Amino acid sequence: MNLKEIIDRLNLKVFTSRASLDGTVTGGYTSDLLSDVMANAREGNLWITLQIHPNIVAVGKLKDLAGIVLVNGRQPEEETRQKAEEENLPLLGTEENSFVISGKLYFLLKEKEK
Amino acid sequence: MLRPVRTDLHLHTCLSPCAALQMSPRKIAALAKEKAIDIIAICDHNSAENIPAVIEAGRKLSLKVIPGMEVTTREEVHLLALFSKLESAFELQEKIYAHLPGENNPDLYGWQIVANENDEVLSFNQRLLIGATTLTLEETIQLIHSLGGLAIASHIDRQGFSLLGQLGFIPPGLPLDALEISPRLSFEEAKKKFTYSYPLVAFSDAHKPEEIGAATTSFFVADLIFEEIVMALKGQGGRKILN
Repeated sequence: MNLKEIIDRLNLKVFTSRASLDGTVTGGYTSDLLSDVMANAREGNLWITLQIHPNIVAVGKLKDLAGIVLVNGRQPEEETRQKAEEENLPLLGTEENSFVISGKLYFLLKEKEK
Repeated sequence: MLRPVRTDLHLHTCLSPCAALQMSPRKIAALAKEKAIDIIAICDHNSAENIPAVIEAGRKLSLKVIPGMEVTTREEVHLLALFSKLESAFELQEKIYAHLPGENNPDLYGWQIVANENDEVLSFNQRLLIGATTLTLEETIQLIHSLGGLAIASHIDRQGFSLLGQLGFIPPGLPLDALEISPRLSFEEAKKKFTYSYPLVAFSDAHKPEEIGAATTSFFVADLIFEEIVMALKGQGGRKILN
């Protein structure tokens, strides 16, 4: 599913102004441990987390993720946002918590499969 | 005779992937001296390899350098280890390396430079120093203590990679020697906010030259040695924290 469509349907905030939103989302991964994401997230996944420090961008890039969704209305640190712009990695946000936004994304992706 | 001694016991060097390349041994020693710091400690992420160079650079300027490391536990909690002897830091490194998976990607995480006391590049560390070890918080503290070191929870006022940020609370009875406050919070504010039974210390966690000394802790001690700092944290023999 196209990232842009997911952003619209889930009403996600976009923190990065230049990163391309044309990517395809292959699935989602929800975790707050970087080592876990490095081990288990798949290419094209949308990563749902509450971590806001710059290292999340490096992990997102390493795993070729479609983007990162920050939960609970969290704002990225300025350095995180700048790095995401430089690396062309969409940084998104939601007021929802991880459980709710993961559930919504899950059903959206399932619905699209049908 | 007891006197105030100003310390910044949490500095990174160019070995830490996230630190500025300008954080070279000679530069760190010179800046610490310039900022009237009596003792510094080198605490790179999961490695001890640049400590000898900073000790040597410090020796030339009569600056005391304590060996240390900032270990990332399995829970992604940052923990400072401080030692009396360089050998102890290398013993810890051996154990850490055995539990640290992955390889560094300099384009994403940054270069990991091992330097000498003349700021010359000796080699590039290939390990994923930014990564987490497979050791738990409790195992790491036990390991540090078994080597005679101090175990201090890093920057507990910060959200990322801190004991409180990752676990939400301090597990009862966790045998930490102190809690560290980052320069983001004043010591006065920290004392009001964190009313744990552990001693509070403030260090800079400097990753860039200009951050050295951004937060310091003054100890009332008799000498510029590790053992005196241990006594100050325990409040022994009139030694104490002055902040």
